[in-house]
This record gives sequence, C-alpha cells and structure tokens, in this order.
Amino acid sequence: MREIDVLIIGGGPAGLAAAIAAKEAGVDNLLILEREDKLGGILKQCIHNGFGLQMFGEELTGPEYAQRFMDRVEELKIPYQCGTMVLSVSPEKVVTAINPVEGLEQFQAKAIVLAMGCRERPRGALGIPGWRCAGIYSAGTAQRFVNLEGFMPGKKVVILGSGDIGLIMARRMTFEGCEVKACVELMPYSSGLKRNIVQCLDDYNIPLMLNHTVVDIAGRERLEGVTIAEVDENRKPIPGSEQYIECDTLLLSVGLIPENELSLSAGVQLGRSTQGPVVDETLATNVDGIFAAGNVLHVHDLVDFVSQEAARAGACAAAYVQGKGAHSSEAVPVEEGFGVNGCVPQLIHPAELKEPVKFMFRPRNVYKGARICVDIDGEEVLRGKPHMIMAPGEMAAIEVAPELFAGRDTIGKVTVRLEVRA
Amino acid sequence: MERIITCIGCPMGCQITVTLDEAGAFQSAKGNTCKRGAEYAKDEVTNPTRMVTSVIAVEGSKQPLCVKTARFIPKEKIFDCLKEIRKAKVTLPVHIGDVIVPNVCGTGIDVIATRHLQ
Repeated sequence: MREIDVLIIGGGPAGLAAAIAAKEAGVDNLLILEREDKLGGILKQCIHNGFGLQMFGEELTGPEYAQRFMDRVEELKIPYQCGTMVLSVSPEKVVTAINPVEGLEQFQAKAIVLAMGCRERPRGALGIPGWRCAGIYSAGTAQRFVNLEGFMPGKKVVILGSGDIGLIMARRMTFEGCEVKACVELMPYSSGLKRNIVQCLDDYNIPLMLNHTVVDIAGRERLEGVTIAEVDENRKPIPGSEQYIECDTLLLSVGLIPENELSLSAGVQLGRSTQGPVVDETLATNVDGIFAAGNVLHVHDLVDFVSQEAARAGACAAAYVQGKGAHSSEAVPVEEGFGVNGCVPQLIHPAELKEPVKFMFRPRNVYKGARICVDIDGEEVLRGKPHMIMAPGEMAAIEVAPELFAGRDTIGKVTVRLEVRA
Repeated sequence: MERIITCIGCPMGCQITVTLDEAGAFQSAKGNTCKRGAEYAKDEVTNPTRMVTSVIAVEGSKQPLCVKTARFIPKEKIFDCLKEIRKAKVTLPVHIGDVIVPNVCGTGIDVIATRHLQ
C-alpha cells in the first residue's frame, strides 16, 4: 500500500487548486487521482468565455482557465494519475482505486481532499411521463458530445430547465446549425444568469417559457416531439394549456447534485441543504483528516470561487499533516435563518479564527432590498448593506471578522439570515 | 425610435428603454436602476459586441479544436464568423493562442485556439 500525505480525489478545478496550495504549503508527498484521461474536469468542455474574471481579471474560456492551473501543477511537479477511478474511501483514509495499467491499487493517505465535483440531475429524477426513446440528454452530456467528441445529438432542440448549462447549450446548438425551439422553465424565474438569458436566448430569438414544463414525450425509437403545458402556482400543469412541439432532441438542464458516493463510503456526514459534506471553516469534514471543496461541497456559480475555496482546503490539509490542524475548542453550528439555503461552512470554531470567515449560501427566493445579517445566540452582530436584488441563481456571501466572536464565554449557535425591507 | 434592452449587469435584469434619434444615435435611457445599466444599454444599441467561441474539426485528431475570437466582435458578424471558423484548416500541433483565422470577417480580430492539441 502506497503512503501519501495529501491525496486529492478529482483533477478538475477544485482538485488542481487544492493540490497546488498543498504543495506550496510544503507537502511534497501528494497525488491527484483523476478518472478521465486528462486533467481539467468539466472545464474541458466549457469552451465558452466568462471564466477567470475574479482570479485573473480577464475573461477566459474553460479550457484556458484549466490550463493555467495544469501548467502550475506541471511546474511544481505535482504527481497525478489520470484514468484512475476511485472505488472507495475508508474512514481510516485507505483509498482503493483502479486503472488500466496498475489494476487495483490502495493508498494510505494522511489527509484527503474530496474534489469530485457534481453531476447533473437526470430524467429519472423528474418523473416526466412518456416513452424512453433516444434523443433525451442532460445538457452537459450534449455539451460533451458537441465540444469534445465532435458530433451532434440532433437538429431540432427543446431545452427543459433554464440552468446555465442549458442556456449555454441553446446558443451552442444554434451555432452548429440546429433549430432551438424553446427553453421551458417550471419556475416563474430562470435559475440562469441574466447575461446568459440575453446572450444565449434573446440574441437568437429563442423563447424562454417560464411557468411551463414538459408533460409528455412522443417517439418510440427516437424522440419525435414533446408536449409542454403551463403550470399553476403549485407547479401543477393547467389542463387545456398543452401544446405540442416537434423536436428530435430534448436537453435537460434541471440542476446539479454534488457527487458524494465516496464521501459516504468514508463516513462523511452530508448536509441536507447542500447535499455536500458538512464542513467547518477549515473545510474539514467530520472524518478526521478528510477535507472537501468545490462542487462536491456545494454547487458554485463561478469556477473562480471553486479555485479559491479549494486552495483553502489544500492549505488546511497541508497544515493537518504538518500537525498544525488540531482544534483547541468546540465547533459551533451555523444555522440557516430566513431566506438562507445551503450555507457553508456549517460549523465554525470562533475561538480559533485568525481571519474572517466567509459564509456562502443561496437565497431561497428572489428578494429585493434584502440584507444579510449574522446573529450570535439570537443577538444581531452584523448587518450587511442592502442588496438591490438577490436570487437563488446567484450565490451570496458575507464575511465575518474574528473580533465579532470575541469576549463571549460560550457560543451556542451562529445564524445567517436575510432581512427583507418591509 | 425606441428600443428595449434587458440589462445583464445583475439578476435585476432592468428593462431599459433607449431612445435613438433618426440617424440611430443614442439620445437617452430610462428604466435603469444604476449607472452601469445606462452605459450597457448605450453600448448595446450603438455597438453590440460578443465574443464568439466554437470548435473546428481537425484532421488527425479525434477531438475538435476549440477556438475564440481574441476580442469581442460586432454582434451582426457572429454567423459570418462561424462560417469562416468552419472553413479553417488546422494542422497539428496547436497551442493556446495560435491564430486559426486571421482578421476574421475583416474585423481586424483573430480567431485563436483555446486549447493545446497534439
């Protein structure tokens, strides 16, 4: 069994940033395991621009953004193994992996950074009735076909869900000569960025049908068309509002789910609202020496924030193996108050904070003029500036300085909440 | 003449009404909540630009090459730009930043590679 100080599972943006940070913090015995043939993760297929504004102050495409981190990995001579699928992680941090050259391999890690990313919600999770014919893909699968494999999934396209990948694919398919007939969204608002709605749909006169969903799928072998209907305030289809759209391709862009099978095998506790590991301010999970960052922890909007978060996880994993990571105090739970969903971190050690802790979350709804507030045991200690608008499609964050926790003997809980102007 | 522009600056998505004179020159904007909105609306009616990204099939490579316009190009040239990209011949190896289509559609802007391909 090979012994590794910091083992990083996943070679996408999170894994790359975590490895670089761990190496820079002085860990030499580290290894990245990646199941695909190349590093870079999902960025490889995200050929559109818009990445890197926060990190590099310029607008890069996904492959360019990934390459910057891959170049740094090479420069630092960080070892990585592609084509390697991790099968399980034990609570004792034994990692079992398989690849075509080595066969089955086991590693004993001192620390692990979970950086497996997320996956798309599939058709099965939606309960759409109708035939199980060919021509129905998740938007990301279609993106992979078009951008990496070089073939087209179809010609006449309907998109269900208005997540960013679906919007990006509406434009991409249009560029490749497809007719994109509609983007159908169950909710009264899109979960995608405004910029993508304008530049991927409006620019090409693709209708965004809010409060609509697909209620039937026609076609035995190949998709022939979908029936869509308007929904009421309870998201139920309104009888009589059905219309049929002829198409040979249906793309699903209906949400992302952190990929945590390995985390569960290691005994890592998951949070209900994020569907990712419960972590403290050092991105440590409940299993000693196992850290998590990126979309496996909570689904981000911007890769730049994934890189920043993962760099922290890498540095904290390094500190852990160097014996500097032990806690001297009890963790305090962070509670999600009004309007706050999927808040990370879920635990903090107020007495040990040396720098501000950043709470990231998604607003539960669309709010105008809302402020982010932080309470300690019910007493308001921080009141943010009002935001003109907050929406579930854009992650919100607030930083809390360590001083705000000072001078208290015990802290029972910290609450992050929104306050909406009456 | 009036045109309605959806601002992309934030999730607010203000519907900004832009007034143009007969020559199509910008007169005024209303409906914006912030200054950035007015600036965006002005640019969007007088000189809308976009970065174009696409892929090209490459002989000798299973994977296509992804490319982008090195800067934003006029919006009305998007489809002509895509046509020129499709016709481009690429020889391996290619590196990030290599010029694939020089001066695309006479814009003075190059289409460049956004990945390495051996």
